[in-house]
Amino acid sequence: MLLPLALLSPSLVFLALFTYWPVVEVLWDATHAATRRGTRFVGLDNFAALFADPTFQRALLNNALYALGTVVPSLVLALAFALALNGAGRMRALMRAVFFLPVMIPLVAAAALFLFLFLPGIGLIDHHLARLGFAGANWLGDPDLALAAITVLTVWKNAGYYMLFVLAGLQAIPDEAREAALLDGAGPWQRLRHVTLPALRPTFAFVGVIALLNAVTQVDHVFVLTKGGPSDATKLLLFYIYEQAAERYDAGRAAAATVVTLALLAALTALSLSRSQGPETAR
Amino acid sequence: MSAAMQSGPVTREITPRIARWVVAGLALVWAVPFWWMLVAAFRPAGSGADASLLPSLTPTLANFAEAWASADFPLYFLNSAVLCAGILAVQLVTASLAGYVFARLEFPGRGFLFALFLVQLMLVPVVLLVPNLKTVAALGLYDTLPGVMAPYCATAFGTFLMRQSFREVPRELEDAAMIDGAGWWARIRLIYLPLTKPALVAFSIVSVTSHWNEFLWPLMVINSPDKRPLTLGLASFTLSAEGMQAWGLIAAGTFLVSLPLLAAFLIFQRRFVNSFLASGIK
Repeated sequence: MLLPLALLSPSLVFLALFTYWPVVEVLWDATHAATRRGTRFVGLDNFAALFADPTFQRALLNNALYALGTVVPSLVLALAFALALNGAGRMRALMRAVFFLPVMIPLVAAAALFLFLFLPGIGLIDHHLARLGFAGANWLGDPDLALAAITVLTVWKNAGYYMLFVLAGLQAIPDEAREAALLDGAGPWQRLRHVTLPALRPTFAFVGVIALLNAVTQVDHVFVLTKGGPSDATKLLLFYIYEQAAERYDAGRAAAATVVTLALLAALTALSLSRSQGPETAR
Repeated sequence: MSAAMQSGPVTREITPRIARWVVAGLALVWAVPFWWMLVAAFRPAGSGADASLLPSLTPTLANFAEAWASADFPLYFLNSAVLCAGILAVQLVTASLAGYVFARLEFPGRGFLFALFLVQLMLVPVVLLVPNLKTVAALGLYDTLPGVMAPYCATAFGTFLMRQSFREVPRELEDAAMIDGAGWWARIRLIYLPLTKPALVAFSIVSVTSHWNEFLWPLMVINSPDKRPLTLGLASFTLSAEGMQAWGLIAAGTFLVSLPLLAAFLIFQRRFVNSFLASGIK
């Protein structure tokens, strides 16, 4: 009993400091308010104030829209990429690398590139739209477009990562299943619908949860591109927490928002454990 | 581990042909931001062709020289390298020790402790920004590189990966070493670690990639400009160059920051891909 604990202790010290203790602390902070003489238990008051805050409501809604807008297109694209690029060949290898390269660069670097892409008037998108005879837009400055713009960036950045798992999932499909469908005279679309997609279901459950978790935990690009604006249009949960803590110094509000975010992540993780067989599909 | 980037001939038949043309078109679209970065980074400043995707006939390294000089990228590179190397060094020790315990030692409460480890997969440090920052400050590590490293020193993903691969090592090898009088450390070092090199490499690739690219947690911990890692340096450099409309500089800076991992990926594609697939195990 001594040896296991001794060998686990280096990990346990760090886990206690940076995983378990913070959860206790954030639950404490979320249910307490600062007073002149220390802190006072306030029950769910911080949560009531949090949910009454229009900015937080907006952040929740934004994050839900952002999650939907990134997860669905990313998964559809990942499937399309994987289906088309499964197999050998120089061009396919090249295209797989092209789709995967965005995964390798920091999200802030991707944001730096898209800063010019989205620049109104003279930016890469507007300039070429104008040459084709279309009007451009102030992609990051227009509250109706800004969230869609950062969604596009996220899909560009992550779809190649999800493609990997779909490729692995495709290769796990037994050849017999396809051969049987071929012998039955099924065309490509029928084989896709009745053989490939059902076989990929666990992969999608798994990748979908990764994508959802990413939609909550990746916000670096918001710092470079929009800082949550214009008029809160791109304020996501994590950015809201950052703002409450680092700029407004409202510890109770930040802690309550963190608890809500943790509850969301826990629910998503539970979903992933019950719905997918991650390890099997990932190999 | 399967080689997802390769495959046999049968899978091809499931692909409707039209999808392949659509995807080829998308590949061109996907390449545009990178292509623009390259073209803009090598274009002479003030040519007024910022949005052009045609490479300049007179390519120049001036943007790189200016970016390199104006934002202390050498120091940012050093900070990022120290961060990644430091995190990885500690992680390799903590993860191998814990992985060995969960793979080979029997004791009451093992399942519970393992589950307790796995909780960390969900509780990424960025979500626990505020309490973790308080802990870092209480330890006197605010505005230091060890402060950025600390939350990553224990790794549930690494522990899980090492446990899985240690389990595949034949137990007889360890038993033989035990009879020869080898202690636990000698057994881990001489038997388990050499035989699980692929897993160690996969873990190292994922660890270095994610910490090289990290932004929000270092942003919270680091205050002094001279302790910034590359991502923080690039963000502040980008925001100041944006004010000057110096797009060639931004492209060059972005390229500099992204280059090490991009180059490593292009050279060791297969290894990266397999490592990232392994990371999906979590």
